[in-house]
Amino acid sequence: MTTTDLLREHAPVRQGTFEALRHRPVVLGLIGLVTLAVAVVAGIGLGSVFIAPGDTVAILARELLGLPVTETWASAHQTIVMELRLPRVLTALVVGTGLSVAGVTFQGLLRNPLADPYVLGTASGAALGAAIGVLLPIQIAWLGLGLANIFAFIGALAAIAIVYRVAGGGGRSTMTSILLTGYAVGSMLAAGLSLAMYLSGSQLRQIFFYLLGSLAGSDWQSLAIGLPVIAIGSILIMSRARSLNGLLLGDDTALHLGVDVRRERAILLALASLVTAAAVALAGLIGFVGLVVPHVVRLVVGPNARLVLPLSAIFGAAFLVWADLGARITGELPVGIITAVIGAPIFVVLLRRYRTGYQL
Amino acid sequence: MSGPGLRVDVEALGLRYGRTEVLSGIDLCVEAGERLCLVGPNGAGKSSLLRCITGLTEPTSGGVRLDGQRLRDLERAAIARSISVVPSQVDLPFSMRVEEVVRLGRLPHENPFTGATPEDLQAVDAAITRVGIDKLRGRDVQQLSMGERQLVLVAMAVAQGGRLIVLDEPTVHLDLRHQVEVMTLLTRLSAGGLTVLAVLHDLPLAAHFFPRLVLLDEGRLVADGAPDEVLSAERIRDVYRVDPRFVPALAASGAP
Repeated sequence: MTTTDLLREHAPVRQGTFEALRHRPVVLGLIGLVTLAVAVVAGIGLGSVFIAPGDTVAILARELLGLPVTETWASAHQTIVMELRLPRVLTALVVGTGLSVAGVTFQGLLRNPLADPYVLGTASGAALGAAIGVLLPIQIAWLGLGLANIFAFIGALAAIAIVYRVAGGGGRSTMTSILLTGYAVGSMLAAGLSLAMYLSGSQLRQIFFYLLGSLAGSDWQSLAIGLPVIAIGSILIMSRARSLNGLLLGDDTALHLGVDVRRERAILLALASLVTAAAVALAGLIGFVGLVVPHVVRLVVGPNARLVLPLSAIFGAAFLVWADLGARITGELPVGIITAVIGAPIFVVLLRRYRTGYQL
Repeated sequence: MSGPGLRVDVEALGLRYGRTEVLSGIDLCVEAGERLCLVGPNGAGKSSLLRCITGLTEPTSGGVRLDGQRLRDLERAAIARSISVVPSQVDLPFSMRVEEVVRLGRLPHENPFTGATPEDLQAVDAAITRVGIDKLRGRDVQQLSMGERQLVLVAMAVAQGGRLIVLDEPTVHLDLRHQVEVMTLLTRLSAGGLTVLAVLHDLPLAAHFFPRLVLLDEGRLVADGAPDEVLSAERIRDVYRVDPRFVPALAASGAP
């Protein structure tokens, strides 16, 4: 009657260190939040001036929560915490969240584990935008955002809009054609970027700095613009986790499972692109976060977007705060170098441990 | 409306891709709880007809009604709650466990914010047991054989709980024993009141397990009725262009 005895010889489930966590996403989320909290306190306390964790927490408690804490610290420390380090740490947190959530979304939409937030030309578009912003002989600052940041935001969105239009995203086009168009458009924009860098002369270093990604320029004003975009975008993506889950099995099956594929794909692409554009406008092109964090989370909890999205948001935030701390205490290395140096080995170890059958 | 099965009416349905006529003048009524199998040579339009009935492809002319309601007036999610489709094959971009794939069948019922309810999980458990793949539950789908994957997809469709279950070639990768098991499962589902609509290439299997066959050829409905009426020696010769003696099991099962 049943096939059970035929299947008995099969080996049991793959076992791993994280097996116990697989069915405890809440525990995993709490671990992530603790890691993030420790990262925030460490990120604020450590640097050229050391501020004790107790003082850090006390300053935050008084300034942010309005708790009646007696001042036992130097007032210079308070300035460092509130004006320099807190905005920087929060920017890292927000950008880490945004890149990770966008990474989950692009990987799910394109059904491609190699996808990251930059895959559809956003990186080249943002970089070209930033380069033009650097090269233009005008200096405008709008609400604390430099021309390079504003142009990076516009460039990222313009790139993805072109890709979507050219690939005929509203019609019957497959995600494969969108992916290939993204590659083509990205190459065109990269050529434009190379030209801009070739012509840039003394400003080359500034463009280069942007390409490597950095949180050194973070301040409250740019955060006040970037944070709502990334937060709202991420929450809206999470509210569509069901569609991302349906798309795991391909367009036809997603339709059979009640997902309005064309509409959901357009909405999710737009939201993920907006989040990515805001992240690159705040911090330049920080690589690896949006690729690796979603995979690591998936390896532990499986591909259910309902879990992968929020957990990636938390762990992506913690990862980038730690990475930025690493960048600062190594004398302002570009943070993209740190994310790759930390992220790649972790990723390889996890892949080897789980031997998953990724189809590339 | 009444009863657990869905009634399907296909009315003067035609489908063209550019100049190619894929289907023309298809009239077909599948009663609630009926078990019907579409047969015909490659390119006869069987899969296209299934795509029209499940709302994946919009017919060029005519239409489909589910329980009297026009398919094109129904929302995607509503169709997904009425029709379970067993995909012929899927490739997964990420490593997924059997249980996780079967759970996807519950998507049309899930609350968009709170996710799967205990009721959904129960339906998943029941489907896994019903298809007999309990032992595969925690395994990675990418490590399964094609036949095992097919069973997983059947379980997903069962978990979806539609009133019509649609299968396109559900047995191609299955060994004899699993073919019979899937067919027996379909018989049980339709005994429970569900409507079953399948495409099979294996004529003896279709003739044995389905009380009603519909033969398509070059986009037209050629015959509709009991297996021994539909699969006459003459039609096998006309439609498949082979000597009917090459289908020995058919002869053995009593078809002329």
